[in-house]
Amino acid sequence: MDIAKHEQNSPGCIGEQCSGSGTTSPGCMGEQCSGSGTTSPSLTMTGIGKSFPGVRALNNVDFKLRRGEIHALMGENGAGKSTLVKVLTGVYPMDEGSVRLDGNPVAIHSTQDAQKHGISTVYQEVNLCWNLTVAENLFLGREPRTMGFIDWGKMNRKAAGLLQELKISADPTAQLDSYSIAIQQMIAIARAVNTECKFLILDEPTSSLDADEVKKLFTLMSQLKDNGVGIIFITHFLEQAYEICDRITVLRNGELVGEYEVENLPRLELVTKMMGKEIENLSDLNVDKDESRFEGEVPVMEARDLSSGASKVAPFDLKMYKGEVVSFSGLLGSGRSELVRAIYGADKAVQGQLFIKGKRARIKKPLDAMKQGMAYLPEDRKAEGIFADLSVRENIIIALQAKHGLLKRLTRKEMEKYADEYIKLLNIKTANIETPIKSLSGGNQQKVILARWLLTNPEFMILDEPTRGIDVGTKTEIQKLILKLAGEGKSVAFISSEMDEMLRTCSRMVVMRDRCKVGELTQAELNQSTIMRTIAGREDGNE
Amino acid sequence: MSNFSNGNKAIKPALKIIAKSLLSSRLTFSLAVLLVVVVQNIITTPTFFNISITNGLISGYIPDILDEASLLVIVTLGMTLVIAATGGVDISVGPVMAIAAGFCGLLLNGAEYRTEVFHSPYILALFVGLLGGALCGVFNGFLVSGLKIQPMIATLILFTAGRSISKQITHGQTIYVMNPVFKWLGVQIPGVPIRTTIIVSTIILILVVLLTKLTSLGLYVQSVGINGSSSRLVGLNSRAIKFMAFVICGILAGAAGLVGSSSLGSVNSGELGWGIEMDAILAVALGGNMLGGGKFSIAGSVIGAYTIQAITTTLYAMNVRADQLSVFKAFIIIVIIVASSDVFKGKIKRLSLKVFSKNVSVGG
Repeated sequence: MDIAKHEQNSPGCIGEQCSGSGTTSPGCMGEQCSGSGTTSPSLTMTGIGKSFPGVRALNNVDFKLRRGEIHALMGENGAGKSTLVKVLTGVYPMDEGSVRLDGNPVAIHSTQDAQKHGISTVYQEVNLCWNLTVAENLFLGREPRTMGFIDWGKMNRKAAGLLQELKISADPTAQLDSYSIAIQQMIAIARAVNTECKFLILDEPTSSLDADEVKKLFTLMSQLKDNGVGIIFITHFLEQAYEICDRITVLRNGELVGEYEVENLPRLELVTKMMGKEIENLSDLNVDKDESRFEGEVPVMEARDLSSGASKVAPFDLKMYKGEVVSFSGLLGSGRSELVRAIYGADKAVQGQLFIKGKRARIKKPLDAMKQGMAYLPEDRKAEGIFADLSVRENIIIALQAKHGLLKRLTRKEMEKYADEYIKLLNIKTANIETPIKSLSGGNQQKVILARWLLTNPEFMILDEPTRGIDVGTKTEIQKLILKLAGEGKSVAFISSEMDEMLRTCSRMVVMRDRCKVGELTQAELNQSTIMRTIAGREDGNE
Repeated sequence: MSNFSNGNKAIKPALKIIAKSLLSSRLTFSLAVLLVVVVQNIITTPTFFNISITNGLISGYIPDILDEASLLVIVTLGMTLVIAATGGVDISVGPVMAIAAGFCGLLLNGAEYRTEVFHSPYILALFVGLLGGALCGVFNGFLVSGLKIQPMIATLILFTAGRSISKQITHGQTIYVMNPVFKWLGVQIPGVPIRTTIIVSTIILILVVLLTKLTSLGLYVQSVGINGSSSRLVGLNSRAIKFMAFVICGILAGAAGLVGSSSLGSVNSGELGWGIEMDAILAVALGGNMLGGGKFSIAGSVIGAYTIQAITTTLYAMNVRADQLSVFKAFIIIVIIVASSDVFKGKIKRLSLKVFSKNVSVGG
């Protein structure tokens, strides 16, 4: 059904492009029109499968990209978006499936092959040389030459022409890093487009741009689209996908969920397709979740209008009470982590106030937050949590020792006592307390970091993805621990990508979307449709 | 009888643990190198271990090594902390020695370049010398932790300018301090049969060990060196810790400058501590410390420093001429560095595993 519909549509599409545009460059148009026998979609991936040791990353995935369309590739963490793109660009060899260009099968074994077929990629981090000029970056490796020498004049003229054509306001002779990330990204796109590009992959290009810069980037994308370039746009911002894209393909857990026309896919449906979780029955909860019990109480932590800058998290208000578990949901990149980091001082707050037990607290750095009784388990365990070469003992006592200061050193005996105590309490599996933490499994490393913070006896704990990448048994242990801590009167801010895990433990849920706090759901509202609707935002049905 | 067998049972695992920790310890390698040097001397230079008393001083090859290595030991202690905390090196230690000695000489001699009279109290001059070293450390530390300049580039400034600054302090002359008290610090205190350099370097070593073990400095330095972002999130101030490492390194370089000038009886801005920065870095590396920062072992660094000096002294004892010395030294260092590289170690490990698995399969 679906396929048939596309094929009906497609000749019309091409015709429309050819006739309706005086702006497109003649070369592109000619190419499109002359290849008249071809039926769009012009790039087809069929039955793609890819396995890594122990993981099935892609399973029988189909993907179609037409010329002159912008196609969003969406999905949560581990959905297989980047694997699919890497298969397409020859970074990974595929196990099964085939790729066809204009109906002809092609073999792509390397990134050079991909380039040869006109497939270019621009990554989130700009892959250019900051210390060269704009023109040098545009023509690096294929400089125009006369008699074997680089013709600088010609290069700069050609660069200026290209930039003008794409309406990028940059001076070809200026050094690249004199421009903002957004412009650099556009220059990277210009470079990609200049190499006979028919298909362009943009891998999360907007994640470090502000609203104005995004707008500029979108203008460039529409222009390329008009020139007949097919664009794959990977993003986790719903609004952006709806603003610029023609079609959306959703992946989940390495499987294709479906391909949709943007107009026919309401936001709520998209979110449900991305997250896919049928939310379980909540009646098995053994938590006291009656929030009326907090009435009249002074919150343990209250944030008023707090923000750590526009590109991180927009100003928000939040109250947390003693013995309460509050969870934070939202899609990847929605600003959950940034919100809690602003509270803890991991990202410096640029505006707003924070009150601890009703008293104004000035938190400039994490140590200030620790002294106010906070603890923070960061999302990225390897980069921000563990000290790989230090022993389990040192990893456990480091936060307490930092709180004590340089001169009041814990005695060896105290350290050993604490380490032994928490190894037993959290059931940490390690050869002994002097084993380097790097030789422990992920779950046990996470427990060591939990131990580190429990040892500081915090009143307010922030746990950002404490269960990510660890085994199921440990996950359950950590969930139980969270409930136990709340029972002991600690407040816990809990972030997880797994909805049911949060629902099992929390009494309130904060919902984030596009770096804003967009809602707070009470116990009564914690059901699938409400949560999904809040995450998805504006209801399309009413438009 | 049963007692004995129990004891035997207890000893075996203990031996195993010792063997295992010997194999994995960072110290093992530097100790092995030192051992090779010693064995080599037993064979080639029988007089190497002779100790006699001449002019009221214990002398011989070994006391000489301890004496001559003392400046390197002091400087290496500071270098160890800087490398561990920042993953970079302080190449200004030699010139900082000259600056500290310059301040000291200026205070002692006043405007004269050769005098027997102290113009200021000796203690005050030593204190000002150390203060000079500390100020250099503050400068380096500010560049690195305040302005986030790479340590090697930041310390390149004093490396280049330090000796010239020292010359400005001493008015461009070599200052000769003729008062015999001046030599107490670097040669001998009357009536004490051990060279003062050995005593001073030992005292400084003990002080640094106490500083890193009694306070949390050792743990903080390692944490910051291993993972800066984790350190910040557990409440450590990594900038302050890096700064502190540079200040300590400056003070220690200053102390080495004072001892060194006292040994010579003069302050020579151009010569004092010439080339010591590279030896100190080498000593840290020989000690099994990672030059990328993180975990460090003071014992390793000190053994490394003594090993370098032992090699030099051994070569002299073997009648290697001074002009050939650096070639020999370079050759030995190449061997040591290759043998301690991870690639080489990995090859040896795989080889031994092969041999071991053969034995097992034969046994099975």
